[in-house]
Amino acid sequence: MSEIYFDHAATTPIRPEVFDAMLPFLKEGYGNPSSIYEIARTSKKALERARDQVATALGAQPGEIFFTGSGTEADNWAIRGVAELLKPKGNHIITTAIEHHAVLHTCEYLAKNGYEITYLPVDDQGIISLEDLEKAIRPETILITVMAANNEIGTLQPIEEIGRIAKERKILFHTDAVQAVGHIPINVSKMGIDLLSLSAHKLYGPKGVGVLYCKKGVALKSFIHGGGQERGRRAGTENVAGIVALGTAIELAVSELEEEAARLSVLRNKVIDGILEQIPHTRLNGHKTLRLPNNANVSFSFIEGESLLLLLDMKGIFASSGSACTSGSLDPSHVLLAIGLPHETAHGSLRITLGRSSTDEQIEYFLKELPAIVTRLRDMSPLYEDFLKRRA
Amino acid sequence: MLYSDKVMDHFMNPRNVGEIDDPSGVGTVGNVKCGDIMKVYLKIEDNSGVVEDAKFKTFGCGAAVATSSMATEMIKGKTIQEALEITNKTVMEALDGLPPIKVHCSCLAEEALHAALWDYATKRGIEITGLKPPVSDIGEHENVMAY
Repeated sequence: MSEIYFDHAATTPIRPEVFDAMLPFLKEGYGNPSSIYEIARTSKKALERARDQVATALGAQPGEIFFTGSGTEADNWAIRGVAELLKPKGNHIITTAIEHHAVLHTCEYLAKNGYEITYLPVDDQGIISLEDLEKAIRPETILITVMAANNEIGTLQPIEEIGRIAKERKILFHTDAVQAVGHIPINVSKMGIDLLSLSAHKLYGPKGVGVLYCKKGVALKSFIHGGGQERGRRAGTENVAGIVALGTAIELAVSELEEEAARLSVLRNKVIDGILEQIPHTRLNGHKTLRLPNNANVSFSFIEGESLLLLLDMKGIFASSGSACTSGSLDPSHVLLAIGLPHETAHGSLRITLGRSSTDEQIEYFLKELPAIVTRLRDMSPLYEDFLKRRA
Repeated sequence: MLYSDKVMDHFMNPRNVGEIDDPSGVGTVGNVKCGDIMKVYLKIEDNSGVVEDAKFKTFGCGAAVATSSMATEMIKGKTIQEALEITNKTVMEALDGLPPIKVHCSCLAEEALHAALWDYATKRGIEITGLKPPVSDIGEHENVMAY
């Protein structure tokens, strides 16, 4: 079997329609949207059409859409932009223990600069408690930032309820929806979202382009200074081809969402059930149903994730893990630790994220190859040896 | 992250995986927290002091498996004094290098060999010149939960 790409949460390939849409703007459509002549006007029109497409996909107004260089930039901008502007009002931000590093490290930066951060814990499925959220709110709370869907375990947060609480308490609400948009329904007005971050390359668009949705009337400090692009709020000549691609990608993703989510959740369940039924000493990480349709995350006792990934790679299967070795530090994933996994179980996690290319046959092949790989690593593991001796 | 061909070879085809019945010395180093545990078994001929056999079991990443494999390969047939010359550097060199964040795996391999030699020396009541007690020998490590 040719390569099997099971890492769609890391990035997605550019789909053909998106590639076709962006290509002219890498070639003859090179005009700078800020200029006056014809090719510039073409670029400007394409830019504004993409803005409309993004706005429609989110249930927002075009004037509320700001293009950025990445989802990470959008997260940084939203959090720092609110925090620095509202400092006279308060210095307290509420987030969760399982956010992406784009949010967590921005909060840590702010914590070093006079802000106070509350990291809401999550339960063993990875979901925050609304009661905890209400209790954490103080008079000086200026922002709640909670991700819509977790990148590692796929857990969905009660975004609409968080939006309602934020509105009642007159606190701004930001959500990192990088993994959610195009995968689950998101509507900013219905969900009471004031600020939202998304990224093109998670929905079959190119890398290097993101969006910050900023609700009309929400003031935000800018921090890329220069020309007057993006209504003076985010300087820098626009990545026209990337933005056009994002517009097409998000429109397609949202129009196909219902059908694709239904198809993927069947495949996802097949992955989860297939692993849990075939391989002993295995657990599902995250919530069984309140999770992204394409995300399966499991832990195998006694083995380490990077070894697992290397052996899967040899079989042409590309996946991801929350082990320390794959995070580039000595600690395993903060998300897996936050849902209460012991270190060794967090090290032995495997994330499978499906996408448009995923088929039933691929999953059958994966489920056929996996047990022997796990057995091979367990036979090599001193932890498994001890376990068997204790059980004997 | 890029592993050398040698690392990949020792990961894909690890030498000396397993246990030794009635070993002369056993050393277990590392911890589950950082995700690497190496257990090395040695069979040492008492009269000659030659390491006749070495086996390992490792819980860890590709580099951890490859360094265990290489380190056990290197110690076989060596006298105890020669074995002490195996360091994380020599293991790393034999593997054509490791990515910077994986250097600690080679340190663990050196420690595992030393811990097994220390265990041997302790059991036999002998002193091995130049061998220091292992810093991270965890012996019978804490029970690991199974799902």
